Amino acid sequence: MTSNILESRPVRAITRDSHLVRLLGMLVAIVALFALVKPESFLNLRTWQSMAIQFPEYGLLALGVMLTMMTAGIDLSVVGIANMTSIGAAVLMLSLAPEGASGGQVALAIAVSIAFALVVGALAGTLNGLLVAKVRIPPILVTLGTLELFTGIAIIITAGKPVSGLPPAYGEVFAGKLFGVVPVPVIVFAFAVAVVGLVMNKTAFGTKILMLGTNATAARLSGLNTTGLLVRTYLFSGVLASLGGLVMLANYNSAKADYGSTYTLLTVLIVVLGGVNPNGGSGRLFGVVLAVLILQVLSSGLNMFPNVSNFYRPLIWGGVLLAVMAANYFSKDGPLLRRFSRKERSA
Amino acid sequence: MADSVIAVRGVTKSFSGVKALKGVDLEIRPGEIHCLAGENGSGKSTLIKVISGVYTPDEGTIELNGTAHSRLAPIDAIMGGVQVIYQDFSVFPNLSVMENLALNTELASKRKLVNWRRFRRIAEEAVAQIDFKVDLDARVGTLSVADRQLVAISRALMHDAKLIIMDEPTTALTKKEVDALFRIILDLKARGISILFVSHKLEEVFEISERFTILRNGEVAATCLPEELDRRKFSYFMTGREFEDGRFTLTNRSDEPVLEATGLGLQGGFEDVTFALHGGEILGITGLLGSGRTELALTLFGAFRADAGELRIKGRPVTFHGVRDAVDAGVGYVPEDRLTEGLFLERSIGDNIVIAEIDNVAVSAGVYDDTRKRAEADRWISELRIAAHDQDNAASTLSGGNQQRIVLAKWLATRPDILILNGPTVGVDIGSKHDIHQILQQLAGEGIAVIVISDDIPEVIQNCNRILLLKAGRIVQELDPATTSEAQLAALMTSDTTGGQQ
Repeated sequence: MTSNILESRPVRAITRDSHLVRLLGMLVAIVALFALVKPESFLNLRTWQSMAIQFPEYGLLALGVMLTMMTAGIDLSVVGIANMTSIGAAVLMLSLAPEGASGGQVALAIAVSIAFALVVGALAGTLNGLLVAKVRIPPILVTLGTLELFTGIAIIITAGKPVSGLPPAYGEVFAGKLFGVVPVPVIVFAFAVAVVGLVMNKTAFGTKILMLGTNATAARLSGLNTTGLLVRTYLFSGVLASLGGLVMLANYNSAKADYGSTYTLLTVLIVVLGGVNPNGGSGRLFGVVLAVLILQVLSSGLNMFPNVSNFYRPLIWGGVLLAVMAANYFSKDGPLLRRFSRKERSA
Repeated sequence: MADSVIAVRGVTKSFSGVKALKGVDLEIRPGEIHCLAGENGSGKSTLIKVISGVYTPDEGTIELNGTAHSRLAPIDAIMGGVQVIYQDFSVFPNLSVMENLALNTELASKRKLVNWRRFRRIAEEAVAQIDFKVDLDARVGTLSVADRQLVAISRALMHDAKLIIMDEPTTALTKKEVDALFRIILDLKARGISILFVSHKLEEVFEISERFTILRNGEVAATCLPEELDRRKFSYFMTGREFEDGRFTLTNRSDEPVLEATGLGLQGGFEDVTFALHGGEILGITGLLGSGRTELALTLFGAFRADAGELRIKGRPVTFHGVRDAVDAGVGYVPEDRLTEGLFLERSIGDNIVIAEIDNVAVSAGVYDDTRKRAEADRWISELRIAAHDQDNAASTLSGGNQQRIVLAKWLATRPDILILNGPTVGVDIGSKHDIHQILQQLAGEGIAVIVISDDIPEVIQNCNRILLLKAGRIVQELDPATTSEAQLAALMTSDTTGGQQ
């Protein structure tokens, strides 16, 4: 039975990919380290719950960045989309359900606002996609531009101030805990991972965007609608970003134009750490999920050491990224050993 | 005086247990033009690297100018006058001709400062050796392939070369440029410099080579004089197989034309192209580089939009707004450069095969059936005898011939009525070439209309039932391969019949 599972295609796909094995090993090692050194605070339900509230914020954004990077693009505008949509949703929610509104009115306002946020996210992503695919501006420039654009819209709407005073019901549901144990943000994240996983592995669209990312000319000459594929990929990223915005809105119980501004580069770091090729065409969702978890465990674990200041976090994250990249370089199928084996052959 | 510039005796070389060379002998005499032929993987490149000192042989000796070496360092080879001109010429495209020519000398003399006057003098001397007229300040990247090659030759000659090894030197050249190259080579020969051509095409170097050494699976299959060779023997020595050069015969011609072009034109590409293609035909379109052949192919495939004329498929007028329209109308296209235009190298063989019909292996709502996809890919792997162990392997793991079959499979999987192939056998070995020709003839027999765009003269004559000759964007002649000889077609392709234009 066990051997059957180990030899099944998905498991083999993971064990065959040495990068995934390394990430998994790294996650286990970090968890084990913290569990040994700080068992009482690390092996504590509260710690894990607070992690599960935090990482979905940037995890959702990273999923969108991953999809665009698979097409040999990038989406730097995810944080802008998240803030713009969460501010839009907050403002709409406040106007539909002012203080003292009835329970039914509040529920309706929340539902409409969420739908509104997702639609705005989709539109923002479509704008990115059209600029990339139709106007043919390099994705890095398009999304850097729209990051400023969306952030600018968010600043104008709010005059730079936070929007708060949301109906408590919103935070109770979306920053709440299912059965009092599982935080809702992590459920939203799991749901998004499941959807992205299905799209990548079970639909023609998933295969097509990887093919497009591998060789755009060949994709066009194979009859793929490259424009449509790119637009849909950026649209998808925009929806995921707005979902991230809604999670942030619940976590902070407010929206502001500069929330999560460090996430822009963090998401890129996660996606590359997860093994997605920045030149497009390859990468695994599982790797990106592992990378999200590694960074969250690292930062939560470090929080438990009062003498390690938060200032060390970027340093450690950067170090992890470089270490994993270097490990790939030294690995059996990495460039370094391949070069050695070639030398051996030529010697 | 040694009677050979270089003599390789009994050289064996293996890489992690696989023998690339097994007891190879090769001798090149002063002033000799020698051709080293063999298929991909026959050991040609390994042998060159042994001669130039890059690889150390496991057994055997290399005699350079009369001195035997069991290991030859690259510097020994260069000092002994061995120069290799690789296919990409190893020039710096971003530097000027002068800098390219003088750089090695300057580096070798360990100068720290640049003296432009000395640079120019060195470069002038270098080009003067072969009487090469070129703007020394032009950037090498802006030169034609032929001129870049001459830069590489000039540079090689500066180091007192005795033997120049040229890796497939004529592949990217036009007929005129080849003639110019051959004149230079004869001149070098007169000065006692030996040339070793590396090639897998007989036609390319047959007229100039004085002796042939043909490798097969790391062994010398034959060393012979040109009089002793013809194409058939050459193929046999290279592959160890006898090929029946089966000429294509029209067996299944449809009554109605499948594709009709009337007065088709594309700005800067071609004009007034009119022809009709029936099912079961193999129509050859031949012409030199720049004759508009690729533009025509891409227009028929919807990648370019014709700005004049009309296209009909099965009698109905069509306008292609993109490749997808053409694919839906039953057109398939095997592009000129399979690596950059045809294949997704890092993706799996299976994905490469099904990509053009991926929406058809999908069940409802875009969700596809992995089992069906894999079955489809496996079917084509066995149908076209693609040597793939596992369809999950990347396409880059296959040889050129097998990669070309993947591209072919991709289109056959869409069940096209019209299949356009642009240079279907460029860079594939003789065995695969023969197989691909068989496949094309078989497809035509099944009623598919095939267009073969190629400047490989034997290929079009052998495989087509009609040939259109394209020159400067116009169809100048229709030929019947049964009554046209290879020499006639070659002459027609290069002659100036369009009046004035090249």
